[in-house]
Amino acid sequence: MMEHILPQASSSAASIDFIIDLIFYIVGAWLILAEGILFYFIIKYRRKAGVKAEYVTGEKHEEMKWIHIPHNLVLVFDVIILIFAIKVWYEVKQFQPPADETVRVIGQQWSWRFVHPGLDKVLGTTDDVETVDDFHVKIDTTYHFQLESIDVLHSFSIPAFRLKQDAIPGRVITGWFKPTRLGQYDFQCAEICGIGHGIMKARVFVETPEEHEKWLKSRAQVVSVSN
Amino acid sequence: MSVEHHHEEHGHHAGHHEQTFWQKYVFSTDHKVIGMQYLFTGMLMAVVGGFLSYVFRMQLAFPGEIVPFYGLVTPASYGSLSTNHGTIMIFWVAMPVLIAAFGNFLIPLMIGCDDMVFPRLNRLSYQIFLISAILILATLFLPHGGFAGAWTAYPPLSVSEQYNSTPYAAPLWVLAVALEIVAFLIGGINFITTLMNARAPGMKMFDVPIVIWMIVLASVLFMASVGPLVAGAIMLLFDQTIGTGFFSPAKGGDPILWQHLFWFFGHPEVYVVLLPAMGIVAEVITVFARKKMFGYRTIIYSTIATCIISFFVWAHHQFVAGIDPRMANVFSITTLIISIPIAEMTFLYIATLYGGSIQLTSAMLFALSFLVAFLIGGVTGIFLGSTGSDIYFHDTYFVVAHFHFTFFPIAIIAVFAGLYYWFPKMFGRYMNETLGKIHFWGTFIPFNLIFLPLFYSGAAGTHRRIYSYQHFSELSIPSVQNMQVIATYALLVLLAFQVVFVVNFFWSMFMGKKAGNNPWNANTLEWVAPSPPPHGNFQEMPTVYRGPYEYSVPGRDLDYWPQNVP
Repeated sequence: MMEHILPQASSSAASIDFIIDLIFYIVGAWLILAEGILFYFIIKYRRKAGVKAEYVTGEKHEEMKWIHIPHNLVLVFDVIILIFAIKVWYEVKQFQPPADETVRVIGQQWSWRFVHPGLDKVLGTTDDVETVDDFHVKIDTTYHFQLESIDVLHSFSIPAFRLKQDAIPGRVITGWFKPTRLGQYDFQCAEICGIGHGIMKARVFVETPEEHEKWLKSRAQVVSVSN
Repeated sequence: MSVEHHHEEHGHHAGHHEQTFWQKYVFSTDHKVIGMQYLFTGMLMAVVGGFLSYVFRMQLAFPGEIVPFYGLVTPASYGSLSTNHGTIMIFWVAMPVLIAAFGNFLIPLMIGCDDMVFPRLNRLSYQIFLISAILILATLFLPHGGFAGAWTAYPPLSVSEQYNSTPYAAPLWVLAVALEIVAFLIGGINFITTLMNARAPGMKMFDVPIVIWMIVLASVLFMASVGPLVAGAIMLLFDQTIGTGFFSPAKGGDPILWQHLFWFFGHPEVYVVLLPAMGIVAEVITVFARKKMFGYRTIIYSTIATCIISFFVWAHHQFVAGIDPRMANVFSITTLIISIPIAEMTFLYIATLYGGSIQLTSAMLFALSFLVAFLIGGVTGIFLGSTGSDIYFHDTYFVVAHFHFTFFPIAIIAVFAGLYYWFPKMFGRYMNETLGKIHFWGTFIPFNLIFLPLFYSGAAGTHRRIYSYQHFSELSIPSVQNMQVIATYALLVLLAFQVVFVVNFFWSMFMGKKAGNNPWNANTLEWVAPSPPPHGNFQEMPTVYRGPYEYSVPGRDLDYWPQNVP
């Protein structure tokens, strides 16, 4: 369902969409059932002349079963949702697959800085490429990101990747993602960060290895020319 | 002791001298007058909060255009508008109206005593509340504008003017919230003591109407959860004004600490306002379905369970905030556990309608629509409470829509149910039913049209608190932007229909059809007192013989059996 609203551009997207769909169908069925019974009662038991309401205390055992059975079913469905929610959470947030490359993502009022490893694929060397508001990644590559903030809270959130992680000043938070679909996607800062919060946007470019290498080289030229 | 003393005092007052206007309406210690003061203050603040939402919704639908009656919305003013809309609606509308107004008006009347046990403390509570309300309104007009760091006031943004650009409004905003909390702490002490000590002879705890149970449990919950927030607010104020570093990483502090302190209060707070609303709905549906509450004791036990569990769910607001990811699972489990008592309560309310004789008065329409809307608010919470899906929905419009599908039924729909229902007791006259029904449909339909589209916006990846989506190519496409336009038009319709209510309310107050003591043939004790009840409430103090919901008892001619009738 979610994939019709927004493309699934990372390896986590499908599993997060799965849990969203699962919850949607479970709670959707419950909602329709509960609202259906509510409206049925409202229509069926409208006041009629000469008809007195029934006296039901709801404290006898056979009456309470009408509450206890759905109550236990809610518990069962809660457990089902939890099992899958925790499974997805584990895969996306707790477990970190080994990185092919590592990038630094730095939030500041009000822009994003990205430090890409250069052609040597190692962060912290001289050929690192630093950009503002443009984030370039290769398809089918597992990235670890090191998320930092230099002032207030920000949130690194790429909807198409189903990725979200707050950035906290004074900490480096590591997470991962693996882009799986070519294209470019919007992203917004997802934690209020002052008057420029509404313009703190960036764009992520998911490229083929060849395109990515071409981009890195073009950036390297810019750097050498400016030097 | 204090109760005895208090009875004498009232006899003295009533017997000897006329009260002046000031004594009677402004500095009164009468619980009904204080309740009305909270009600009218809350309604005035609702006008302010509603106006703020009108301005920023206009900006969201038609970005960059001049908003009539306001002007141009800048990024800074957008932040202030949405921050103060949230703050005012929660702390200065939902809490004063649901807890303080209904609590003050109803507790002594429904448990059959003549006033609160601490009437002067009650006076003080409103006085502090009024100061806090004036203060929060004043922050909107300070140089550099109102506080714009969201109602959650996360540091470091809220700490330093260098970050939030509001040097005056930020500390005063914190101070106003802290004062408001003090007012409700004092009020809460009063509510709890009154219920414990001043019940009418014969009234056992399980003869107490659900709305009173709920308001008092909400007060207990508030008092137990608010301590960390008060501590946090003072730490924040010190960080802002005298340069401490509780929440500043540069000085060795931790911004996440504030989030824990805030949400430790902030999540129980949801139930603090939910419970009185559910209580109001319980009273209204039993009277207008002529039914005994289905499983009265189960509702009380579920409520107590909800109160206890609500202390263990707070970090579900922080799944992606940088807490240990393993901890998120624990809070996800507790969050889904709390859905069980709440679902149970909802089932019990629906079951109460079974076999009833339902009369769709304005009050009943609002009460039933509370259940209809709250079910949607409840189930959409599951998406946010389960860790896996919250990664995506956190801080999107989905959260906004979910939140308003719980809070709008609580703070607006249930309050209207309560006002239409208790209006004859408050003012001795009926409200006009035709206008009431017009107001109901004009409120409930637009409410759904505001927030249902926002679920879609959130699912499409629209994040909150952004003043204009024109900068984002994927979010300014028509299918997403149109949702904002629909929501704004619906809001305009909703606001326009509130005029019907205001006219009906004030016209009926003076010109409405006169109501007797018990216009709805209800059982609870407030309907024994004259309408409106005089100072001291009851002509003859009632004695209680049975529970509050003995409607349609077999073998009786009348379909109700008031608590005070042997």
